[in-house]
Amino acid sequence: MHQLARRIEESFSVGFLGAMEWRGDVAVTVTRDALHEVAKFLRYEPGMDFDYIVHVSSVDWPDDEERFEVVWEFYSIRKRHRIRLKTRVPESDCVVDSLTDLWKGADFMEREVYDMMGIRFRNHPDLRRILLPDDFTEGYPLRKDFPLRGKGWRDTFEFLDEVPR
Amino acid sequence: MAFEDQRTTVYKVNPEHPESETLPTLRTEELLLNLGPQHPSTHGVLKVILELEGERLVKSTPVLGFLHRGVEKLAEDGTYHQFIPHTDRLDYVCAMYNNFAYCRAVEKLLDLKVPDRAEYLRTIVAEVQRIIGHQFWLGAQALDIGAMTVFFYCFRDREILLDWFDELCGARLTTSWYRIGGVERDLTPGLIDKLKQFLDYFPPKITEYQVFLEKNRIWLGRTKGVAVISAEDAVSFGLSGPTLRGSGVDYDLRKYEPYSAYPKCEFSVPVGKNGDTYDRYWIRVMELYESVKIIRQCLEQMQDGPVMADVPSVTLPPKSRVFTNLESMIQQFKLFSQGFQAPPGEIYCGTEAHKGELGFYIVSTGGGKPYRLKIRAPSFIHMGAFDHMSRGYMISDACTIFGSYDVVMGECDR
Repeated sequence: MHQLARRIEESFSVGFLGAMEWRGDVAVTVTRDALHEVAKFLRYEPGMDFDYIVHVSSVDWPDDEERFEVVWEFYSIRKRHRIRLKTRVPESDCVVDSLTDLWKGADFMEREVYDMMGIRFRNHPDLRRILLPDDFTEGYPLRKDFPLRGKGWRDTFEFLDEVPR
Repeated sequence: MAFEDQRTTVYKVNPEHPESETLPTLRTEELLLNLGPQHPSTHGVLKVILELEGERLVKSTPVLGFLHRGVEKLAEDGTYHQFIPHTDRLDYVCAMYNNFAYCRAVEKLLDLKVPDRAEYLRTIVAEVQRIIGHQFWLGAQALDIGAMTVFFYCFRDREILLDWFDELCGARLTTSWYRIGGVERDLTPGLIDKLKQFLDYFPPKITEYQVFLEKNRIWLGRTKGVAVISAEDAVSFGLSGPTLRGSGVDYDLRKYEPYSAYPKCEFSVPVGKNGDTYDRYWIRVMELYESVKIIRQCLEQMQDGPVMADVPSVTLPPKSRVFTNLESMIQQFKLFSQGFQAPPGEIYCGTEAHKGELGFYIVSTGGGKPYRLKIRAPSFIHMGAFDHMSRGYMISDACTIFGSYDVVMGECDR
């Protein structure tokens, strides 16, 4: 196991679920309850020092019991290492803690995840749709059960009649 | 009419209360102003709702998504190769770098080694694209602030490179020249000559741009000390590229996680001090010189060799063989109808594009299509810092501020 992952396991024996290293990327999965504490550890612990947030993303696994996987990727500019933090949430209660208090950039990135996958972030200052319009009613487009061509919202637009010549 | 009346009543001294003559009351209230989405200096369709106190920005809320096309969803429906043309449309000013970033990510997923010559070609073309991107930025940014001349000079030189792209791959903007495992075709001797000519021609022109701007007092006044962001905040917001380096953080993936032919070239990464718009400008101009240096070194070091990895299960066969050799034709057909079989796993791969870190997070469950593809677009993340950076500045600085990120909405909204 990578030493970063091992340090997280040592510090969070309850919340730590597993670690994987593939193609040089280290990914650590934690429980939803431990997420914020682990993130805080990553941010402020001197050996970790992950000051840079790379992206927030989410993956939909419709067949799994805990359907959504929320993914954060961090980088440490001083220590030059990278880590991916993952957690799973069920569809019935897809809420995770927001990390906007630790990384300011998480604001827009989490809003995008909410917009695209419908995962809500607790304590987020301004959780609104960001790329799609506020009155978008079709749901969350990056979920796997959302059809590629949409659900017909666009067909309801009113168009001006073509002027007869 | 109503507007006229209002103005006169507000500022008029009330005759019934003569004491108000000494203390005229001015009507003050917060004003909401929509900037965009059709404003010419928003570089596409960006809307920002500005809350104003007089002419000062109190709060600004970017409204994104006017150019949202669902690229990440589209990626899940096509094979890995089919997504390359989609990446052109992300940052449509600098298509080559998007191709590059995407191909690198897929190669990391496949653990594919690209031949040496292809790596050099990739670096050369990526740096040419960086020059184009910075020229475009410089012209547009100066135009937004009112310094019009430099726009024409930048676009004059940019045109040379766009024609060079045209000759290279048949398109000026939507290039799709990179392939997974290499590049589409080699540079012809004619193209190399043209590029060398350009490298001799270009450095004096950069000085020309500098003279136009750095001796322009109005332009200096509108960039120095505007949109200052501290290094700590810039890192916390996840800014990257010149926007981050302007604040004094030397984060450049070409140095931090060297890739392609960059480790074999000598170049420096300019880093600013003050974190204002002027420093970001200065970094971009210095990067133009550095790009010229990198291209020169690559052209010198480059050896002959293949430009495409030879892994039949993944890479495309050369076009000449497709029409003459049955196996190659089958290979081509299978790769385009089913795609190659990627191993299950997930990777993130970031590339230093001229705007910042352009990254792709790909989740594969095996098979020919990505299960999930997430694009880390620098423009989008930079817009997240807009509110923080614009507070307290004037309305007219709003354009300067998002201009200084080099925001392109195709990439921001995806």
